[in-house]
Amino acid sequence: MPRQTTKSPFWMGCRDAAPFLLVVGPFAVLFGVLATEAGLNVVETMTFSFLVIAGAAQLTGLQLMVEQAPVLVVLASALAVNLRMAMYSASLTPYLGGASLWTRAFAAYFIVDQSYGLSILKFEQNPDWSLQERLAYFWGTVAPVCPFWYVFTLVGALLGTSIPESFALDFALPICFLAIITPMLRSRAHIAAALVSIVVALVFAWLPYNLGLLVAGLAGMMTGAEIERRTELAHD
Amino acid sequence: MIDQTTLWIVIVGLGVGSYLFRFGFIGIIGDRNLPPWILRHLRYTAVAVLPGLVAPLVLWPPATGGELDAPRLVAAVVTIIVGLKTRNPLVAIGFGAVTLYGGLYLAG
Repeated sequence: MPRQTTKSPFWMGCRDAAPFLLVVGPFAVLFGVLATEAGLNVVETMTFSFLVIAGAAQLTGLQLMVEQAPVLVVLASALAVNLRMAMYSASLTPYLGGASLWTRAFAAYFIVDQSYGLSILKFEQNPDWSLQERLAYFWGTVAPVCPFWYVFTLVGALLGTSIPESFALDFALPICFLAIITPMLRSRAHIAAALVSIVVALVFAWLPYNLGLLVAGLAGMMTGAEIERRTELAHD
Repeated sequence: MIDQTTLWIVIVGLGVGSYLFRFGFIGIIGDRNLPPWILRHLRYTAVAVLPGLVAPLVLWPPATGGELDAPRLVAAVVTIIVGLKTRNPLVAIGFGAVTLYGGLYLAG
């Protein structure tokens, strides 16, 4: 099937990514609403989503700003949430590293949870794919997700403060984050990292400037990494 | 209110920083391999930071002035259990929201 070169991986990517709209859409609306409630105008909210294009980090940054944490703590904590993007970038490099610098620079912006997760799975399953086919699939996974991140942020920003207080939106963020985290708890190392993070965050909640979260994040990362290392040693 | 200077430093800093994370390896490092211990730590960043952010919000919700609140606490527990059982964020959010609204209604 010679004509099935670049077009079909693109559509395959679109199809695979389309269901994620159900997660991305509401999450973007939530960010738009909470940002507006925190006092951001539409331009600020949209710039936030355009530049960062990562829901969890945006909501973390927003929450800490609402809590009046110092700017360095806000940045460090929200960036820590996005550190996983560096891991995604590293793991896509063997598959997409051969593309031109401009293509890589453009694709890098669109590395998000969904495009990475779907792409890396397909690339591993199809080692015979050409670079063009891989790129086509990657763009396919981006197309139904990223544009809607902006659109639904705008929807949330416009809805904004019109949502009544009885909706208890203050608790939408904890519920969303819990729902996102729990499926990530795939191994003992992940579970331990999360538990240590919770305990340390609560124990060090008295620290000024929301530094407790940074201490918790560091402790959690070190716990996860150390347990993974020991598990690997035990299997060798 | 969020200070305007703080806001723009965070928006731009977070945007630039996140882009550098995304571009760092695919753009600059190329095919060279990273030390395994760095990759090991990177794997756990999300599960290490987000629970620490959420835990105080669950136990001491700002909306109730930091008082432990039964509907919110139960909703959080239900979200965790459903998330672990189904591995499906949407289903977990659904159950969590229904529990929260049900609890708030019962609590009057």
